[in-house]
Amino acid sequence: MNIHEYQAKELLVAQGIPVPMGEVATTPEEAEAITRRLGGAVVIKAQVHAGGRGKAGGVKLAKTPEEAKEKAAAILGMQIKGLTVHQVLIAPAEEIASEAYVGIIMDRASKAAVWMVSAAGGIDIEEVAATTPEKITKLPVDPRYGFLPHQAYLLATKLYDDARQQRQAAQILLQLYRAFVENGASLAEINPLITTPSGEVKAIDAKFNIDDNELFRKPWVEALRDESSEDPAEVLAREAGLTFIKLDGDVGCVVNGAGLAMATMDLVKYYGGEPANFLDIGGSSNPEKVVNALKIITSDPNVKVILFNIFGGITRTDDVANGIVTAIGQSPIRVPIVIRLTGTNEEIAVKILADAGFTALTDMDEAVEKAVELAKQGGNS
Amino acid sequence: MSIFIDGSTRLVVQGITGRDGSFHTKQMMEYGTHVVAGVTPGKGGQTFEGSVPIFNTVEDAVRETGANTSVIYVPPAFAADAMFEAADAGVDFIVCITEGVPVLDMTRVRPYVREKGARLLGPNCPGLLSPGKSKVGIIPGHITQPGPVGLVSRSGTLTYEVVFKLKQAGIGTTTCVGIGGDPINGTDFIDCLAAFQADGETTAIVMIGEIGGTDEQDAARYVKENLSKPVVGFIAGQTAPPGRRMGHAGAIISGSAGTAEEKMQAFRDNGIGVARRPLDVVGLIQEAL
Repeated sequence: MNIHEYQAKELLVAQGIPVPMGEVATTPEEAEAITRRLGGAVVIKAQVHAGGRGKAGGVKLAKTPEEAKEKAAAILGMQIKGLTVHQVLIAPAEEIASEAYVGIIMDRASKAAVWMVSAAGGIDIEEVAATTPEKITKLPVDPRYGFLPHQAYLLATKLYDDARQQRQAAQILLQLYRAFVENGASLAEINPLITTPSGEVKAIDAKFNIDDNELFRKPWVEALRDESSEDPAEVLAREAGLTFIKLDGDVGCVVNGAGLAMATMDLVKYYGGEPANFLDIGGSSNPEKVVNALKIITSDPNVKVILFNIFGGITRTDDVANGIVTAIGQSPIRVPIVIRLTGTNEEIAVKILADAGFTALTDMDEAVEKAVELAKQGGNS
Repeated sequence: MSIFIDGSTRLVVQGITGRDGSFHTKQMMEYGTHVVAGVTPGKGGQTFEGSVPIFNTVEDAVRETGANTSVIYVPPAFAADAMFEAADAGVDFIVCITEGVPVLDMTRVRPYVREKGARLLGPNCPGLLSPGKSKVGIIPGHITQPGPVGLVSRSGTLTYEVVFKLKQAGIGTTTCVGIGGDPINGTDFIDCLAAFQADGETTAIVMIGEIGGTDEQDAARYVKENLSKPVVGFIAGQTAPPGRRMGHAGAIISGSAGTAEEKMQAFRDNGIGVARRPLDVVGLIQEAL
């Protein structure tokens, strides 16, 4: 799960990390009032679940309340990577002497949480990593003993030469590690971690990704979820226990299992079509899941054909067949449906579908080819 | 032969009385797996299906029945402790089917299990199956048959698709292993490749990967350096869109976006045959055998 920058900063503040916090505005007038209250120049920052906000024009400096109102009006409502900006963070503008990067991530390769820090922080940090990897210091954390104070100090000495700044940075790293663990994050980063001309170390921007598997035991993190900043179909899917990602094509896909779902999309492309979505109905499917899946897919006006690809293992194919028949009974589907079913209770499923007037295929390639062909004909079966 | 499980596997099922645990235990017993014990705290002394004794703890189960392998079907909140418990009880091989285990828990479980000298498969995996010998987990028994191919995969149902296509072409497997897709898990591609290389009956290997991470690239290099047996690979997610990625750390740590194209290139560069679709695995394996 992603959370907004202002929420990430609140997690840092809760640990005692110095953050020039500011306030969130949803209208230009609020932005103006907040700027007046803060006094001085501010940075207006789009709050969306996407990287590259600055490059997309979603971060702007304003010197006066009037200017803040104007700039906020330009940012609110803008689209960044397909997501609409509903909120902006108005943060006090800081004078910056240096920018560093500090981040911790759950790393597949190390099988542990790994620190990465660099004195060369800022928006070009990925380029720094690619071209001058020696400027990045990495350190894996042994989960049994945690992140130790001397390790934090060691990393801090890679960032600063000044003894006071080293101590401040070491403290911030220990606090960031606590925020990472206590909130069940898979990523926590501060970029940039700045020094001011007077020598203070502060966090100016922060990002957290939360491990979805932690949410059941961290209700305060789940409460940070902002559904208004997510695709409505993706929200509906999550509530129905489905995984859904909308794409731009016209072949709607309903598949059990993430790997098979991706392979099905790949095969649609292989036969010259374009998938409209990724949709995984998961393992133990009941008919209700299929009903919801069809609702979500048919709400996309681009969809010209719906393709089911079900390999029954735990998923019983007769459950899926019942779901299809139920969904169509509730509201007729305006596009043709191609069904491929094989595995557990296949014979029962084929009979259920046949009684309702559908033919089920058993071969994946044959079904995908047929679906692509129907989509090309404009969805008229 | 086969890898990790065979006719000598004596299985204890953790969470045997749960919905998934009981369903799949019956399936495993039907397949011929020696299910020697079950564990559900508070139900010690009862039996499952009239024949399998249930114990309160894995330690009791191991002492009383000589179980050497454990399979875990408990909910995510209890899965990490179940893995610790199996390792403490001295089980050699632990298979965790449970989906949704927090990654932070796995950072502790993984080193613990290794220090106890046990092997872990999963979590969030379909388990494994050595056709005609033993099945541990949830892979349907009827979709494969004994034969010369070793198969290792990060996926569940996609694995079924591929082994079933092989079976339809008359090709069987020594062992079919699903390692699961979680970021931190027990057994990885390289562990399985090494085991298949050492297995006398395996003459060719299928490796099924997915987008994300660099495990497939690492495995590809391992194949070139250490394997004499032919390997065929497939990567799912060739058409997956680049995500709305947040943060820089992922790209910094691996220097890789983990795309299907990168992985397929790594396969080609290291002498692994690349299947463009699941069906093409069959043709490539027929050539390799």
